Amino acid sequence: MKVRQISVFLENKNGRLAEVTKLLGSNGINLRAVSIADTADFGILRLICDQPEKALKLFHDNNFTAKETDVIGVIVEDKPGGLSHVMEICFKNNVNIEYLYSSLMTEENKAVEIFKVEDIDHGLDILAKNNVKTIGKF
Amino acid sequence: MIWNKVRECESVEKRKERQLADLKDLCSRVYGRVPFYKKKFDEAGIKPSDIKTLDDIAKIPFTTKDEMRDTYPYGLLAVDETDIVEIHTSSGTTGTPVVDAYTQADMEMWGEVMARCFGMSGGDKGDVVQNAYGYGMFTGGLGVHYGAHKMGANIIPAASGNTKRQLMLMRDFKSTILTCTPSYALCMYEEAKEMGIDFKDLHLKSGIFGAEPWSDNMRQEIQEKLHLKAHDIYGLTEIIGPGVSNECENQNGLHVNEDYFYPEIIDPATGKVLPEGEKGELVFTTLSKQGTPVLRYRTRDITWLWHDKCSCGRTLVKMHRLLGRNDDMLIIRGVNVFPSQIENVLMRVEETQPHYQIIVDRGLTHLDEVELQVEVEETFFSDETKELERIKNKLHHELKQELGVSINIKLVEPKSIERSIGKAKRVIDKRTL
Repeated sequence: MKVRQISVFLENKNGRLAEVTKLLGSNGINLRAVSIADTADFGILRLICDQPEKALKLFHDNNFTAKETDVIGVIVEDKPGGLSHVMEICFKNNVNIEYLYSSLMTEENKAVEIFKVEDIDHGLDILAKNNVKTIGKF
Repeated sequence: MIWNKVRECESVEKRKERQLADLKDLCSRVYGRVPFYKKKFDEAGIKPSDIKTLDDIAKIPFTTKDEMRDTYPYGLLAVDETDIVEIHTSSGTTGTPVVDAYTQADMEMWGEVMARCFGMSGGDKGDVVQNAYGYGMFTGGLGVHYGAHKMGANIIPAASGNTKRQLMLMRDFKSTILTCTPSYALCMYEEAKEMGIDFKDLHLKSGIFGAEPWSDNMRQEIQEKLHLKAHDIYGLTEIIGPGVSNECENQNGLHVNEDYFYPEIIDPATGKVLPEGEKGELVFTTLSKQGTPVLRYRTRDITWLWHDKCSCGRTLVKMHRLLGRNDDMLIIRGVNVFPSQIENVLMRVEETQPHYQIIVDRGLTHLDEVELQVEVEETFFSDETKELERIKNKLHHELKQELGVSINIKLVEPKSIERSIGKAKRVIDKRTL
């Protein structure tokens, strides 16, 4: 299963993140996982939310450059070595990871690792063969 | 020192006689030898014999930069190729350059006009000229070099850059005249401060600064910081290179070497010649150039001309320091840059036409700095920073190749560049000159 991720281009400007999160919140969009990749003068906000289509439209309507990308979501035990097991499988099977971030699912005592790989179908295939559970929504 | 008292101080009437004789000769030369000009004359329905007075020059069609490019490499040559002894081309672009091909006589003339410029700037035999203009295809470095030789000065061909070494040479060889772009002069001051060198302890008395726009404020600053008298020089590859005009000690207008380069001011919209004293576009005709003579070249530079009784003794007409241009050309660190070139590179790299803006400023180093702001569009946006960094680097590299100057790229959010009604404001020039 693939997770739909929205990425948004942001300049490094004061208050920009506050504006973006306010926009999502006031439109009833709930964030599940967020990460920011930053460089000297710009950043890329990547997020997983409950209504990706609505979020994307919202960004476009408000003059943001945004796009949707498929990423992998993996559930791991919230304990030492939880992520390591998955990474080991990826490494051994040449699944190259471009970036990765995490979200905690507190009620089940599990964590969700979101990551982008070079070839998502190959990545999902490898994970399935190794009995790693992936999710589409959370 | 007045290098050529006879020519520089002669009566206006006498000069006009010579100009007319040279203009007639020029017209018959190019009509007979350059098909490009013959066609121009024929299309305008004139013959060289129709030029009977200096005012008749208005009958001759203009020559534009594009036409000079279109005739690359030798389309404007008025002599045999074997008579050419040196080639220069316009700076900056990798597009088709403008060619200046010099005969031995042209080289002599170039040295002559540059020697006059040195004279106007207080130079003489015995001076030590530190030439920090770029050498090579650019006319700046070598033009100044030939003039200094002609004058009999000791020349230090330091070329531009390597500021620490410049200052060392300046100190150790006791340079008396500095020639470079005005912004580089201020850059030298900053470097000297760091090295603990005070210009008061150096021997500079005069500076000849040009190849980029500057102002009287900047002159004051340079004079105070570098302890020298700063003179404005003007020239362009299409005409000869440096040496077209230069300020004398009065620093009130640049004396045009008009016995060689006949100036006119025209209304850029109608092409009509404007009376003396009126502001308009500067047009030049090279009266005696042999290799690649140019008739009524439209410089796109805006200024005005006037005659006065200059206390220096010269009767050469004066042009005001440039007031601007009537096209969108930018001069960045002495290099000509057109926004259209930047557009072409954007198009090539992105295969799209993103909204962009060019911001020109002078940084702490006093050198021109250009930032190109590009709005990130979905077509090239990526969720990976490395992909956006790759695009930035590619743009930087391609622009450097195309323009010959380094431009900082800044990716910005859509709609963050101000939209204007009608023609987009592509350039913001913050340089306080």
